[in-house]
Amino acid sequence: MSGYWDPHIERMPLENLHSLQEDRLKSVVRYVYDHSAFYRQRFKEANIMPEDIKSLADVTKLPFTRKADLRDNYPTGMFSAPKNQLVRYHVSSGTTGKPTVVGYTRGDIETWSESLARALTSLGLSRDDVVQVGYGYGLFTGGLGLHYGAERIGAAVLPVGTGNTERQIELMQDLGTTAIACTPSYFLHMMEVAERMGVSIKNDTRLRVGIFGAEPWSIETRERIESNTGIDAYDIYGTSEISGPLFTECQAKNGIHVWGDMFLTEVVDPNTGEPVAEGERGELVFTTLHKFALPLIRYRIGDLSAISWEACECGRTHPRIMKIMGRTDDMLIIRGINVFPSQVESVLMRIPEVGDHWEIVVDRKGPLDMMTVRVELTESGFSDKIGDLMRLENKVSKELKGVLNIAAEVELVEPGTIPRSMGKAKRVTDNRKV
Amino acid sequence: MSEIKQISLFVENRPGRTAKVAKTLSDAGVNIRALTIAEAGDFGVIRMVLDDAEKGYKVLKENAFTVSMTDVLAVEMKDQPGGLYEIVNTLGENDVNVDYAYAFVTAKAQRAMLILRVDDIAKARKVLDDKKIKIATKEEIQAI
Repeated sequence: MSGYWDPHIERMPLENLHSLQEDRLKSVVRYVYDHSAFYRQRFKEANIMPEDIKSLADVTKLPFTRKADLRDNYPTGMFSAPKNQLVRYHVSSGTTGKPTVVGYTRGDIETWSESLARALTSLGLSRDDVVQVGYGYGLFTGGLGLHYGAERIGAAVLPVGTGNTERQIELMQDLGTTAIACTPSYFLHMMEVAERMGVSIKNDTRLRVGIFGAEPWSIETRERIESNTGIDAYDIYGTSEISGPLFTECQAKNGIHVWGDMFLTEVVDPNTGEPVAEGERGELVFTTLHKFALPLIRYRIGDLSAISWEACECGRTHPRIMKIMGRTDDMLIIRGINVFPSQVESVLMRIPEVGDHWEIVVDRKGPLDMMTVRVELTESGFSDKIGDLMRLENKVSKELKGVLNIAAEVELVEPGTIPRSMGKAKRVTDNRKV
Repeated sequence: MSEIKQISLFVENRPGRTAKVAKTLSDAGVNIRALTIAEAGDFGVIRMVLDDAEKGYKVLKENAFTVSMTDVLAVEMKDQPGGLYEIVNTLGENDVNVDYAYAFVTAKAQRAMLILRVDDIAKARKVLDDKKIKIATKEEIQAI
């Protein structure tokens, strides 16, 4: 196991961590009430005053904040800090609606970098590493976030951004990249391009760590990546509203540590908003405890996961969230049944005849929803006997049905025909007219 | 004896895919001796005997096709009633299973040629030999 970036904080006894959270919760509630017109109004509507928050448990008295609030108050209506204190803006792409703007004070950037410095150290990186940042730079938080975090631990950053895949692989070899940060789907594409170039990531590069996120991905994909390339693949989590990428798994690969001194993390029932028991799945809710430009109170992030406060084998006391199942926005309802693209992925990735790239197409035929899963056939999965191929389609379809509880049409397609993505992969095309 | 290599391709059932295969081979100067397409809904398998299997395999692979090579038998078939029966009956009686077969005729050859994919190629060769049924060599296919 690796060392710690900030052992005092990371191994803080739970009791102390909870009392620190309590102090910071009270401060942030007071702070937003005093500085954000939006929250003052919101608290009034909920008939709550900052002094009503006396303990950590009182957090449930506070109203939720939603993505729609950020959109409705576009661009900076929810900010708590005066404009001259801001040192940066990021703007979300607005894939699910109007874009949202996030602002940062100098201190916010510090906290963000500190969060990632702890995380990157926890998965074994140090000043000896060369970190290739293959996330987009610019308005998207991925590139600059990782950049600052990796620089903070003294690693050498290779700020390649997305695209230019062949050059990425050349630079990886030439500069001895030891860690790469990008979306898992982009890394799968990189593996494919490396193979085409005759470069074995396992034997011809020094890559040993992958930091993959910005889209949900399954344990099965991790296994594929690790067995093909020999690297350790870690999950990274965060969204622009709460800064950007913030947290990762540690070397135990058993949940993502969410730093309790910076965030108060709750899990609630997505329908009722009521807290669920520890370990139960629900929607993640974050309250920022140490953010000043755009602090958020009980922000409904939309991602589904579970939380564990159990001690981690790495020695860190901060809670862990389990692998993100998907975003409530990504959930498809097919013939009344909830389907997450990540469930489809986990089925496909355990079938060796199926390639790394896939897509879901949903249509409505008459009154019926039809889900088609298009998968690429691998070279080794190709048999020139039609019967074998049809059996493969049936096998995929049967395994999908076993997990999803609905029938899906499976279509084998030629390798290379499903669009590759450099950033967040678009896995679903929904042709239904609502 | 080196067996005849059949080239098989996985192709999606959409316009222009077969044309792309044909053009790739044509550009490389590879000649198609025999061809069959088996289709199953949204995809199909093209099977071909080429004058130069290695070259064909290489150029198709370079053009990102999913391609494989399979050993097949090319058996000369009498162009008269009972020609096919004699061959498949011999195989059947000797417990050799035919996975698939397709035939072609050429201008130069006096007889039709039957391409056979069987589960036991060595045994098939022996039992057909015993019946004095002529099996074409790789060189003969190349020279047609």
